[in-house]
Formats: sequence, structure tokens, C-alpha cells
Amino acid sequence: MTDATMVSAHGDPHHLRGGGVHEGPASKRIVTGYGFWIFILSDMVMFSAFFATYAVLLGQTAGGPGGRELFDLRNVAIETGFLLASSFTCGLATIAADMRQKLWFQIAMAVTCVLGLAFLTIEAREFANLVARGAGPTRSAFLSAFFTLVGCHGLHVSAGELWLLTMMAQVFAKGFRADIQRRILCFALFWHALDIIWIAVFTVVYLLGSAA
Amino acid sequence: MSNEYRDAGQTIDIAPGDENLEGESFGQRVLGYVVGLGLAIFLTATSFFIAGTDLVWQPSIPIALVVLAIAQMGVHLVFFLHITTGDDNTNNVLALAFGVLIVVLVIGGSLWIMANLNHNMLQMDQLMQMQR
Repeated sequence: MTDATMVSAHGDPHHLRGGGVHEGPASKRIVTGYGFWIFILSDMVMFSAFFATYAVLLGQTAGGPGGRELFDLRNVAIETGFLLASSFTCGLATIAADMRQKLWFQIAMAVTCVLGLAFLTIEAREFANLVARGAGPTRSAFLSAFFTLVGCHGLHVSAGELWLLTMMAQVFAKGFRADIQRRILCFALFWHALDIIWIAVFTVVYLLGSAA
Repeated sequence: MSNEYRDAGQTIDIAPGDENLEGESFGQRVLGYVVGLGLAIFLTATSFFIAGTDLVWQPSIPIALVVLAIAQMGVHLVFFLHITTGDDNTNNVLALAFGVLIVVLVIGGSLWIMANLNHNMLQMDQLMQMQR
């Protein structure tokens, strides 16, 4: 350590800026983004409990139908494609927001919204179809775990859709202010995290679930 | 962004989800997302193909699916969430590592305990007969 860093370390006892510079605490964008990152990670811990429940109850079908009879993998592949594409367009919206291109931001967010809605529509139809076939959440422990896990992810996507529309409206009304930019950062984190959780869902629930 | 301490390996942190934009053009940023999308599509397609194929040894399929899923999560973290090993990202990586630790403990621990109980405990109907 040089003398210069020794001296400046006194002005920054918590080393918030990596130990070097006399600039006070980290910028609000870093603090907000980091806080939201912690929330996302705790959300993933919550999902891990649902995943553990599903994995434990996978065979407990109470004489009812199992994953092999119930899951339509072609449907799941289409769902996966929609969500993955929406994650991509969400990334494009982030770039547009950084470059302060209002029109491109709104276009990318609108496409993200439509892709997300397509995902939710397919999921809702799958749920309705299962319930109509007598394979609702009350049929067996396996189906309870299935509806809890996949439904919880679906609720997150629905909340994300509302947030997405809010961000479109806020950018329309208020422009790319610093606080709006922070919200866009958090929204992008949330949306990409949902796609990461969906990877686990289609692998564990559908692909491994229909193999078991 | 540049200051004398950068050279000494001291960098300012960046928010999770933000890219380190030094020397990155618009085209390079878009290309990053395109590469991420391509890799994700490839890994997803491989997962769905492997799940339904007879071409590979069947007991290896679950392990292959888990490996492919973890690889795809890595692709998403790197190309979409811009989590890197750079020293402007250490806080984000450490938080992520702690999250992964808890997730592994919850899932691994649950499966371990429940498999153990299944193995060691009597089935419920046998238990009921003994209580009569």
C-alpha cells in the first residue's frame, strides 16, 4: 500500500470506494442496485425451498397422473423461447435507456411485454387444461408442489409485467431521470433473474419431472 | 472513471447488472446480448433434445440436464446480468456466492434428509398395522 492510499483510507473507513479515492460513499446507483441484487438472491433462496419440495414430492402422485402423462414438452419449449426472447429484448431496452433513446426504449419494452404476455398465456392455458383434466393442485402432493412452484414463478412474471408497464409510463412522463434509470436497472435485474429461475423450472420440473 | 489508483488494482465498484463500458461501443454491447442469446438457445435446445433421445446412455440424462442448466445460468449471469470476475464486481460476486451456498444447502440438505427418512422409516401402512 502506498502512502497516498494509507492517507485516503482514513477518510473512507469502510472502504466503500475500493480503498482509494476521497469521494464519500458509493453512488446511489450502486447502493440501489446492490440492495436489489440482495433481494433477488433472497428470492432465489425462497424458490430453492419450492424446488426442494417439488423434488422430494416428485413421486407422491397418490395414484394420480405423474409428470410423464401431464407435461407437454413442446408447449414448454415454446414458453421457454418466449421468455428467453423477452430477456434479450429487455437487454436491448437497457442499452436504449443508457443511450437515452426514448423511442427505442419504448419499442424494446413493448416487445418484452408482448413476449412476457405470450408466456403467461401459454402457462395459464396449461394450468386450466390440467385442472379440467382433474389434475388440479388438490389431486396429489406432487401436483400441489408443481402448482406452487410454477405458479409462484408465473406470479413473479405477472408482477414483472406490471412493473414493465410502469417503467414505460414513467419514462414517457418523466424521461430518463437518474431515479428512473435506477428503477430500469432494478427492473432489468428482476426480469433476467426470472429467466434464470425459469431455466431451473424447465429443467427440474418439466424435463426431469417427465423422465421420472 | 480513470484515476491513479486504477493502475494499482483499485477500481470503483459497479452496480449489479451494469456493464463496465470502458471502450465498449453500441455494437459491442448489442453483440454481447446476441452472443448470450445464441448460447442460451443452443443450451436450451440441447436440453430438450437430450431429454427425449435414445442416443445416449439413459442414466446419464439427468446429470447432463443439470449440467446444461447450470451452464445456461452461467451464460445468463455473464451476458445478461454482466457479472464478471473483474475487481469492480467483487461485491456482486460475493453476494451471489452466498446466495448459491444457501440454495445448495436448502436443496441438497432437503433431498439428503428426505431420502434418508424414506430409507429408514417404515411405510405408513405398515406403521398403522403395528399400532393396532
